[in-house]
Amino acid sequence: MTIKLFTLLMQAALYTLGISIVSIVIGFAIAILLSAAMLSGKGIYIAPARLFISFFRGVPLLVQLLLIYTLLPVIGINVPSIVAAIIGLSLCTAAYQAENLRGGFDAVPKGLVEAADVTGFNPRQTFFRIRVPIALRLTFPALVNEAIMILKSSSLVSVVGIIELTKMAQDLSSSTYLPIPIFASAGAIYLVINWAIALVAGRVERSLPKVTA
Amino acid sequence: MSLPAIAIHSLVKRFGETTVLQDIDLEIPEGKVSCLIGPSGSGKSTLLRCLAFLEEPTSGMITIKGEALGFFENAGGKRERLPPAQIRTVRSKTGMVFQQFNLWPHMTALGNVAEALKTVRKVPKAEAEARAMAQLKKVGLENRAGHYPSQLSGGQQQRVAIARALALEPKIMLFDEPTSALDPELTGEVLNVMRDLAAEGMTMVVVTHEIGFAATVGQQISFLDHGRLLFSGPPTEIFAKPRHPRLDQFLDTYLDRGASMLA
Ligand SMILES: Nc1ncnc2c1ncn2[C@@H]1O[C@H](COP(=O)(O)OP(=O)(O)O)[C@@H](O)[C@H]1O
Ligand SMILES: [Mg+2]
Repeated sequence: MTIKLFTLLMQAALYTLGISIVSIVIGFAIAILLSAAMLSGKGIYIAPARLFISFFRGVPLLVQLLLIYTLLPVIGINVPSIVAAIIGLSLCTAAYQAENLRGGFDAVPKGLVEAADVTGFNPRQTFFRIRVPIALRLTFPALVNEAIMILKSSSLVSVVGIIELTKMAQDLSSSTYLPIPIFASAGAIYLVINWAIALVAGRVERSLPKVTA
Repeated sequence: MSLPAIAIHSLVKRFGETTVLQDIDLEIPEGKVSCLIGPSGSGKSTLLRCLAFLEEPTSGMITIKGEALGFFENAGGKRERLPPAQIRTVRSKTGMVFQQFNLWPHMTALGNVAEALKTVRKVPKAEAEARAMAQLKKVGLENRAGHYPSQLSGGQQQRVAIARALALEPKIMLFDEPTSALDPELTGEVLNVMRDLAAEGMTMVVVTHEIGFAATVGQQISFLDHGRLLFSGPPTEIFAKPRHPRLDQFLDTYLDRGASMLA
């Protein structure tokens, strides 16, 4: 195990981290849209949101990625594989985040929404100023879990040709015949990243004001 | 004769099959404290919530300062819903204080009071916060501005909730049992804030079990029983003997509860 090999792994880890963070952020934005649709009380918004969520939770991520990667060119959209990877991960995590958030939105006390109604908030203002921040705090640990899951699942994007941490480790191990130190290093890098996420998330969570449901 | 602050005409409210309010007719006078009393389940909260348009009346009309709330009667005498923006405008004439305070837990006391100014009224942040601070001062909590609701006592939370409602400068304040969720030793601070508000001439509608408050601060007492408004009038009349038998009965159980607490 040389410095050079380790540097290559670390560079691939940056890919893993970058793709994951971008996907989690995009996925969160989509999850908020899905939540707004689910809370709208209107069938024309609820039905597609439900369909989206059940599809992306019901189909394996690997299949989703392959589908997106092969489908997009067929309908005339040519995107670099990294974009396909980010689309796949984002849509998948959006469905899970929306499902997590749903519990939080359901737990926002009705009285807090009524307090906004009587002070003249329109539904959009109530959603962004009251419902979202409270639902977010109530589901924060679940969302952090989901972030960690996505980071680990991001190893699957190698099927669309991205050389992220896991794929790099595989390639290096077959070219150097040093599988054990290389996979052990890759595992350690995942572990350290996830520890760091958990540590920061714990800090953030403790600093947030209490919003007991 | 000036316009009543609120006029309620033939108000009926049903939840499914159950009729919770039956044919309520009541005028809330301008600049006075109007107290709604009555047994638990008699429909007091529902009536107040209709005034805040948190419940939609099944039939009947409510006008706030002469303006129709939620619905209006068209030329053909049919009831029609007003557009949401107009409903919000009429609603903004009232402020509401809830039994459970309902402060937004993710905002500080100052944040709670400033929020609607910023979000709804589009007042710049610095000015909104200055105005919010003035309201907190009024309820004696300027030194708790940076506290979150979870860091405040029940009495303090309710005072912040009053400040929050006052920040939008409503013409009418609605209170739903504002002291019922409080430990007995904390009710005084909230009632004092309400007395100050009454002394300033605020029109107030107060659902309360604080008979002492109703008798001393209230200028109109309305008694609800099984969804009907049995009677309404000045406290000197209502509480003077001989009293309406239902009121007597209600006061007896009320005093019994107080007495049993002492035993
Ligand atoms: N959302 C609702 N759905 C069905 N019934 C309700 C609802 N809200 C209130 N009620 C019923 O209406 C009656 C009056 O309730 P409420 O106005 O809360 O009385 P009060 O405030 O005088 O105690 C009660 O019987 C209650 O169960
Ligand atoms: Mg009630």
